[in-house]
Amino acid sequence: MSTEAILHAHSTIAVSHEAAHGEHHEHHHHETFISKYVFSMDHKMIAKQFLITGMVWAVLGGLMSVLFRLQLGYPDSTFPILEDILGKWAKGGRITPEAYYALVTTHGTVLVFFVLTAGLSGTFANFLIPLQIGARDMASPFMNMLSYWFFFTASIVMLSSLFIETGPFSGGWTAYPPLSALGSASPGSKTGMDLWLVSMALFVVSSLLGGLNYIATVLNMRTKGMSMTRLPLTIWALFFTAVLGVLSFPVLFSGFILLIFDRNFGTSFYLSDIYVNGVGALPNEGGSAILYQHLFWFLGHPEVYIILLPAMGMVSEILSVNARKPIFGYMAMIGSMFAIAILAFLVWAHHMFVTGLNPFLGSIFVLLTLLIAVPSAIKVFNWLTTLWRGNIRFSPAMLFAIGFVSLFISGGLTGIWLGNSALDIHLHDTYFVIAHFHIVMGVASMFGMFAGIYHWYPKMYGRFMNNSLGYIHFWITIAGAYLIFWPMHYEGLAGMPRRYYDYSIWESFKQFAELNRFISTVAMIVFATQLLFLLNFFYSIFKGRKVTTQNPWGSNSLEWTTPINPGHGNWVGEIPEVHRWAYDYGKDGKEFIPQTVPVGADESHH
Amino acid sequence: MTLYLTIAVIVLVFVVIFQIAKASEYVSVLKGEETSRKQNNKINGFLMVAFLVLGLIGVWYCNHLFFHKTLFAYDAASVQGEKVDSMLWLTIYVTGSVFIATQVLLFWFAYKYQEDDNRKVFYFPHNTNLELLWTVVPAIVLTVLVVIGLRNWFSFTSEAPKEAQVVEITGKQFGWVYRYPGKDGQLGKKYYKNIDASTNELGIVWDDKLGQDDIVSTQALYVVKGKPVKLVIGSRDVIHDVGLTQFRMKMDAVPGIPTTMWFTPKYTTKEMKEVSGNPNFVYEISCDQMCGNGHYSMRGIIEVVTQAEYDVWMAKQKPQYYTAFPDKDPSALKALADSVKPEITKVPIAIAQKAVAKI
Repeated sequence: MSTEAILHAHSTIAVSHEAAHGEHHEHHHHETFISKYVFSMDHKMIAKQFLITGMVWAVLGGLMSVLFRLQLGYPDSTFPILEDILGKWAKGGRITPEAYYALVTTHGTVLVFFVLTAGLSGTFANFLIPLQIGARDMASPFMNMLSYWFFFTASIVMLSSLFIETGPFSGGWTAYPPLSALGSASPGSKTGMDLWLVSMALFVVSSLLGGLNYIATVLNMRTKGMSMTRLPLTIWALFFTAVLGVLSFPVLFSGFILLIFDRNFGTSFYLSDIYVNGVGALPNEGGSAILYQHLFWFLGHPEVYIILLPAMGMVSEILSVNARKPIFGYMAMIGSMFAIAILAFLVWAHHMFVTGLNPFLGSIFVLLTLLIAVPSAIKVFNWLTTLWRGNIRFSPAMLFAIGFVSLFISGGLTGIWLGNSALDIHLHDTYFVIAHFHIVMGVASMFGMFAGIYHWYPKMYGRFMNNSLGYIHFWITIAGAYLIFWPMHYEGLAGMPRRYYDYSIWESFKQFAELNRFISTVAMIVFATQLLFLLNFFYSIFKGRKVTTQNPWGSNSLEWTTPINPGHGNWVGEIPEVHRWAYDYGKDGKEFIPQTVPVGADESHH
Repeated sequence: MTLYLTIAVIVLVFVVIFQIAKASEYVSVLKGEETSRKQNNKINGFLMVAFLVLGLIGVWYCNHLFFHKTLFAYDAASVQGEKVDSMLWLTIYVTGSVFIATQVLLFWFAYKYQEDDNRKVFYFPHNTNLELLWTVVPAIVLTVLVVIGLRNWFSFTSEAPKEAQVVEITGKQFGWVYRYPGKDGQLGKKYYKNIDASTNELGIVWDDKLGQDDIVSTQALYVVKGKPVKLVIGSRDVIHDVGLTQFRMKMDAVPGIPTTMWFTPKYTTKEMKEVSGNPNFVYEISCDQMCGNGHYSMRGIIEVVTQAEYDVWMAKQKPQYYTAFPDKDPSALKALADSVKPEITKVPIAIAQKAVAKI
């Protein structure tokens, strides 16, 4: 089915809603505020909805980390303002353990799922897939809209859990039972956990609706001449991301369903031989708490790549555009992403080396885990070679892309330590792990997201963000990220466990009090810098410098052939035909050759 | 008041930065976008190489500040820990050299190949030999790391030696309970529904003779220097984790599924005070798996002692059975018998004597 036909079908729906106006492919039909900004079916608007909701969560999640870092950095001080904000959760100006664990848990959950999954791939898959493959919209704009609104509902439910009497869930973002199954074991596991589960279930639905749509769109709706091997790497990355999500989120969902049964209907999937202080022995016997971990990490590990792959794709694109040089090893890049996508499903148990897992099974997971380092290495070296002998323009997007590569190297290498079970036995659940995944998954993906925002902002809003603020944002953030997370490796090497409220009673771990204070201070500065970025973002929507040329970065891909402010349907008139791959930069002495330019007779062949 | 002042200062700083950034944009429009872009490019190119140099100095300085606070500044406390350490050093050398090489290349390239009107970019879309090189070399290096890692992994997770001392450790919110087999050398059966908060924390099945001499303690875990110790790990409520950071060991405590872990301590607690240079040194058991609001305070102590010291300590311990059934305790009965001898009838004395004889 052609894109035209699909769009046609969509227009009919829009029209029947508005009961007026003819169908034009140019889409000048009258749009109400509701249909344009709220229940929009334009992929570009949905992308912006995902982005801005993600930003709200990033601010909340970031603020939470600042609050619990206050406790870690200044365990003996009191901050009366905290009592004003948090009430009983910070009696006397000191965050209580309950509140601390709730903050840690919610920070993890919202950053991983709401910001770096929905905010990242939700934004850029929606925005870039139709624009870069040459489609007028997603395969199903309606499902796309639903995907956002399920995410929105999930957000509201999660938010509401912050305000209930027993507090939000506080057992860590991985929500291991029995702790998450027993309200009697932790106040956060009461109503807070119910809301957490409902919210996450809605989120899974949102991800699946989005993911299926992305896959269908990439496979079926590419414009004429856009073969799979001519796709920009962003699309490949987003495609693999969607496949990972569609195959693994249902497994997480099944894990949640069993947990809901254990919590509410007296089953014993995860529960066995439990005696809770103050309650007594529970009747449940024969369940396995480890089963949940298998189900959780079967999503949990691909999730890491769901977060990382879109960033990798965008970085590949941005590095190439701004180095004015083709991405090195295009096919190897696709191959390594494919390898990562496959291996992502075969390494989940490396999170469980010390659960009593069969050692032989563990050894298989060691092998497969370290195997992932090979495609990762290919990607890094290809990025480096892309920069080599280029002609680099340091736009803010390019800076963040380079920063991404630096962070990916730093965090990726420590993965080689943790993936080796005999080392993991020492480093597991220490600050070494915190440092590792924050650098490689958290901050690196945030950098990919920032790079994407700076790069495609002109396409999103028809204006530029302020460059100087972008530069300040980048340099403070990358320096801050290293200052925060690099020293944490040392805390981990001392065996300092994660998720501790206070280290002062521990002879083995209390020597880092000063360092913790330093980290907390830097964290606050970095957080404030992100607010500067948001200021830049929202200010520029209305007051930014206007884009005056169609293709401000001199880029080859299709999104820059649309009008400066593309309407619903993206292209006025025919969708352009594609004649070449997206990376002909610096070929035959030409600065760049857009994908829409036919291959010349005298063009050199590579 | 100070609060509002701080907020005001922060807002002010924001406004200032924002205004400067805005002004610089106007300036750049006046100067011509091309010129100002090139200027910015130069500045950022310089910052790239500055960041690299400062970053590498920072890496060194960070190590200088914190290395001696980690566990690698002195010897591992267990035989197994030595292997972890040697493997860790090898991994540091491998990943460290890759880290330095790639970071230097990244930032150096960024600096070196910044935009220059005279440079022709090199159209270099792929090169099979190069790509093969950086597929094969990492694969070989990783294979070496995997082989070493797995050899250690299998030796750590192998069956504990026969002569190993067996101790059971059970996690609960928020503390540890230790159980030593009595003279029979075997732990008795337990069942969680038998748990009684005051007399039977572990739910030992008293009908099982093997359990009647088991010693239960919550004070400290006593193990012997140079003798392998096998921990049988369990949990009473949620998942905990026995983290023995100085011994480089860790294993989850899962309700319903017993796990095990063994290691051989190398230094007594006393010796370790000297090795670590910390006069307050103690071996701590940290719970490393989120287990509730008291997670951070779930601390246990391990006392590593010599065999002689251990025997003296062990001789003082009393089986839990006698706490649960004080009337069966021979020593208590004897004391009772002695104190009340004159007035009592024959019967209790007979029972007491019988009990004593049985021991």
